Amino acid sequence: MLAKRIIPCLDVRDGRVVKGTRFVNIRDAGDPVERASFYNSEGADELVFLDITASVEGRRAIVDVVSKTAEVVFIPLTVGGGIDSTEFMDQLLQSGADKVSLNTAALKRPALISEGAQRFGSQCIVVAIDACRVKSNSSPGLLKWEVYTHGGRTPTGRDAVQWALEAEQSGAGEILLTSMDADGTQDGYDLDLLAAVTGAVKIPVIASGGAGKLEHMYEALTTGNAHAVLAASILHYGTFSIAEIKEYLSEKGLPVRPVEKQE
Amino acid sequence: MGGLVIVDSGSANLRSISKAAEMVSLEPVISNDPKVIERAEAIIFPGVGYFDHAVEAINRDNLADSLRAAIAKNIPFLGICLGMQLLLTESEESKDETATAKGLDAISGRVKLFPDTLHVPHVGWNQVRPLLNHPLFNALDDGTYFYFTHSYYAQPDRKDNTLALTDYGFSFTSAVISGNIMGVQFHPEKSGPAGLRLLSNFGKIIADQI
Repeated sequence: MLAKRIIPCLDVRDGRVVKGTRFVNIRDAGDPVERASFYNSEGADELVFLDITASVEGRRAIVDVVSKTAEVVFIPLTVGGGIDSTEFMDQLLQSGADKVSLNTAALKRPALISEGAQRFGSQCIVVAIDACRVKSNSSPGLLKWEVYTHGGRTPTGRDAVQWALEAEQSGAGEILLTSMDADGTQDGYDLDLLAAVTGAVKIPVIASGGAGKLEHMYEALTTGNAHAVLAASILHYGTFSIAEIKEYLSEKGLPVRPVEKQE
Repeated sequence: MGGLVIVDSGSANLRSISKAAEMVSLEPVISNDPKVIERAEAIIFPGVGYFDHAVEAINRDNLADSLRAAIAKNIPFLGICLGMQLLLTESEESKDETATAKGLDAISGRVKLFPDTLHVPHVGWNQVRPLLNHPLFNALDDGTYFYFTHSYYAQPDRKDNTLALTDYGFSFTSAVISGNIMGVQFHPEKSGPAGLRLLSNFGKIIADQI
């Protein structure tokens, strides 16, 4: 059985992790390599680095972070944030990233998805979608979730489900779907949004935004039909460990990769 | 001494596979030089991306003949992902009908696209069930999870070329075998402790041969 994946997401700025309070046991909680190793040993199925750096120096820092992480962590590694060219994708993939996550630049120029997929294969290309529910619009058949760019600051007028379909057709291998309404609330994922997107595309969808309880993850993976859940706060602040999440999902009958002892 | 060579066909995450091999005390050399590959005592042949591109790359760099020679010598050989698929005769992914777009044909069979009733690509951790008690899967339980990411799967003509199966809508061949020539559809270099164990097992197979 294909396992449901638990994917910690680390926000990185200028080469340092910027979130999290639970890391008393590791030497330097701001060191992305240490944090990646920690989650790897805890049983993470993949890792995502989201680079929130704006500067050129920071760009070099993320390449260095990826390179060092790939020397010690042997699970898939995705890098997102500010990726706007196949050259930068190549640099990150050569450094040891397995996938790149495209967002703002892909909306500006959707051909970036197909260029990346043709050069590196669809398995390398994740399209991240930040979607916000359109509240004033009650007419059926019209825009329900609007896509935002620039870290959720800029509305695009694009429909999230349509954009997911276009991303898939352009060669995306996975969709990383964040509900901006749910993000940070810990009240649960936007299951309607998830179900709408997973019902429309055939590629795997990673659910993001809103996890506060274990059942939220279960709902995202069942009702929402997500292939994987991305988790940030719930892990960084120590609400649950990956082992606890996996044990819970396993007891509820979902296939998960057991947490292994590191050799 | 030619040692262990990781073949650089220009399409794979060589750094990860090289670091993973070093992690289990192997000392691989990365090369795209046919002469180095001809002298190799063992080969890891990784690959991601498109079948035609990879075939084109190994032909362009004159690697195909040295790979065929290595296969003929039956030195320990591990194809990974697309590198495994290239061990077969041909692929449905290939759009090129000419003879140059064929695989290495170490294992007779065809690489096929998953049916569109499934989520394609097949991405994530799935269980691998070895059919034989083979040293490559030494100390790895039946049903151990490995990391997959692919849209095509190998279908060998002969049953005894299937080393392991994985269920994704149906049972497909997730590892192939022909003498010392082995291939895995999953990524051991991305499969955590289980993947490192498999690479370590490959190292023991090499050590037993030399």
